[in-house]
Amino acid sequence: MTTTTKTTTRLDVPKTYKLFIGGAFPRSESGRVTEVRDPKGAFVANVARASRKDARDAVRAARKAQAGWASATAYNRGQVLYRVAEVLEGRKAQFVDELVRTEGLKPARAQEQVEAAIDLWVWHAGWTDKIAQVGGSANPVAGPYFNISVPEPTGVVAVVAPQQQGLLGLTSVVAPALVTGNAVVVVPAASSPLVAISLSEVLATSDLPGGVVNVLTGDPAELAPWLASHADVNALDLTGAGDLDWVELEQAAAETLKRVVRPEPGLAPETPQRILALTETKTVWHTKSRL
Amino acid sequence: MAFLDYAPAPESTSILNLRDEYRLFIGGEWVAGGGTPFASVSPSTERQIATFASADEGDVDAAVRAARTAFEQVWGPMSGRDRGKYLFRIARILQERARELAVAETVDNGKPIRETRDADVPLVAQWFFHCAGWADKLDHVGLGARPRPHGVAAQVIPWNFPLLMLAWKVAPALAAGNTVVLKPAETTPLTAMLFAEVCEQAGLPAGVVNLVTGAGETGAALVRHPGVDKVAFTGSTAVGREIAKAVAGTDKKLTLELGGKGANIVFDDAPLDQAIEGIVDGIFFNQGQVCCAGSRLLVQESVHDEVMDRLKERMATLRVGDPLDKNTDVGAINSSEQLERITRLVAQGAAEGGDVWSPACELPAEGYWFAPTVITGVEASSTVAREEIFGPVLSVLTFRTPDEAIAKANNTPYGLSAGIWSDKGSRVLAVADKLRAGVVWTNTFNKFDPASPFGGYKESGYGREGGVQGMQAYLKAGER
Repeated sequence: MTTTTKTTTRLDVPKTYKLFIGGAFPRSESGRVTEVRDPKGAFVANVARASRKDARDAVRAARKAQAGWASATAYNRGQVLYRVAEVLEGRKAQFVDELVRTEGLKPARAQEQVEAAIDLWVWHAGWTDKIAQVGGSANPVAGPYFNISVPEPTGVVAVVAPQQQGLLGLTSVVAPALVTGNAVVVVPAASSPLVAISLSEVLATSDLPGGVVNVLTGDPAELAPWLASHADVNALDLTGAGDLDWVELEQAAAETLKRVVRPEPGLAPETPQRILALTETKTVWHTKSRL
Repeated sequence: MAFLDYAPAPESTSILNLRDEYRLFIGGEWVAGGGTPFASVSPSTERQIATFASADEGDVDAAVRAARTAFEQVWGPMSGRDRGKYLFRIARILQERARELAVAETVDNGKPIRETRDADVPLVAQWFFHCAGWADKLDHVGLGARPRPHGVAAQVIPWNFPLLMLAWKVAPALAAGNTVVLKPAETTPLTAMLFAEVCEQAGLPAGVVNLVTGAGETGAALVRHPGVDKVAFTGSTAVGREIAKAVAGTDKKLTLELGGKGANIVFDDAPLDQAIEGIVDGIFFNQGQVCCAGSRLLVQESVHDEVMDRLKERMATLRVGDPLDKNTDVGAINSSEQLERITRLVAQGAAEGGDVWSPACELPAEGYWFAPTVITGVEASSTVAREEIFGPVLSVLTFRTPDEAIAKANNTPYGLSAGIWSDKGSRVLAVADKLRAGVVWTNTFNKFDPASPFGGYKESGYGREGGVQGMQAYLKAGER
């Protein structure tokens, strides 16, 4: 590690950065890792490099977890997302350190990013029990019917996270999907895998049910096509795929008519529209009896 | 004529004043198309109604340019209030010409006059009336202040509700400030041409609405045209897939309203009289040629036999035949191709072990007809339980528990519509929550309203038509 034995006689205990699938932290079934070095070239970690099989396992875990997360009350989902912010706040120093080592940021800049990410989790936490009122409607139809429309989660969302500002970028795509009850399979920024896995630890200890978020560190160009063509994925968020051949990904997604969020600047972040883009409007007509 | 039989009560076609030949409507002019003109025949008589121009790529280009010019010079700069007034005018003229439009639609499509007169055309007028009121209230659709239209909307519509689908597409697009190029279905172009006349009567500025008739290639050229900003399609999932691929990588916005295999779930405590009517309405309305048809009946095992007995009894009273007859319940299938598809799928249903039943009914010698049909003993894996038949064919499955009903209802790549029949409100609400479908009708079926968003989950497409959600599809957020 970076601070080997220069200032202390104690030997560091480095972390093994593995994938996050179904609430567990498995190695890639492929056995592959990617070596991460800090800006000065010192070894930092061997990060798991996810494969097609890992992607499929992640989708299966997401599908299994989605209905339960969606059927949690909005209040409950809000508390869980707020809990993520709380736990993140308590581990700020770790994230700052990881960003300094992977993104080469000055500590002050890294801290700004971590704090922005925490605040973004708080912002989304507050949306869970409001978004249906903003995106839904009571519909005055011409007949004796009680008719309402509500936004529901689209299901399993596969995401290529923004390739810059690893923690903030990851938050900006994962949090809006979670607000309404989607489950997520996300490929984080290739350049900052450490914060993605550390965020997974935060999620795992914030009462987020296992499988609701699945994190596949690795090469987005390798993983995205498998996710784009996977028949059990409902939506493909390409926000961070601007540098990939994303047109091909959108075409692959068309095969099963996935909802697609196009690369940045596709959808403005921190807007209700960003959250509603990953929802389906369900309209229910209830008959009123004649009195 | 036996006691209680009906005497024929045909609606007169004398109200129609059709041309022998219709051209393209581009930039406010009727222009010849570059392709070979084609005929539209009446599905109930196989007689030619008129010929229609076929738009080639050059015509599509001209239409898109006309729409662009109108968007930039007239419709875009116009106040919302004035756009709304034009739409109100159109709504009123549609009401004034309702009888004529209903007859024309029935002649061209083959659906009963009872439906065009009581459902299609009234909804068409209502849709324009509803959207007209949005035109000067766009700040309130939920996209922030001063949302902007996309520009030119390319719209491709199906043959099952020709004029109604036109209204669903054109009214919100224009209210939002877009201009449109619309391609009607090849087999049902007639009422779109009459709509062009309505636009002329309303004094709608040239180029705001452009109509290009033709076959699939015309539609493909339209959605691929680089001058198009927004694509809206209603039709088959297969074509929707192709369109989604075609617009991939472009800046075009896309909404798709595609196929379905709607589950109509009947619980043992359902009000059976209403449920039977609802089942009939769900699958035989418009000869079942409805994307949101209740084509899979899921009936609780304990009432299966009773429901089937009563359903068959009711089906035996359906009057199949001349769509212009005011007593007709079930009209003609829209085309020989569609009739072949229905026939093939029903044969497959029988081959896979389904028990196929139709009431005795005499079908006319001319035209395309398929008797109302119910297939019992259907497995969840049967072709007739999985594929959209798009005809008057009901596949029946059974269930024991609500969980089983929900699992079976959701066991499809589609997710457009569903029905629930039960007298128990708490159960209805709980089941509705679990169904992965964009429209859920409880103790009713096949109800539509411009204030009510319509559209699917999963492979039934994306985006909504109707309501504030429908308006959002034709707008983008203002400058931040």
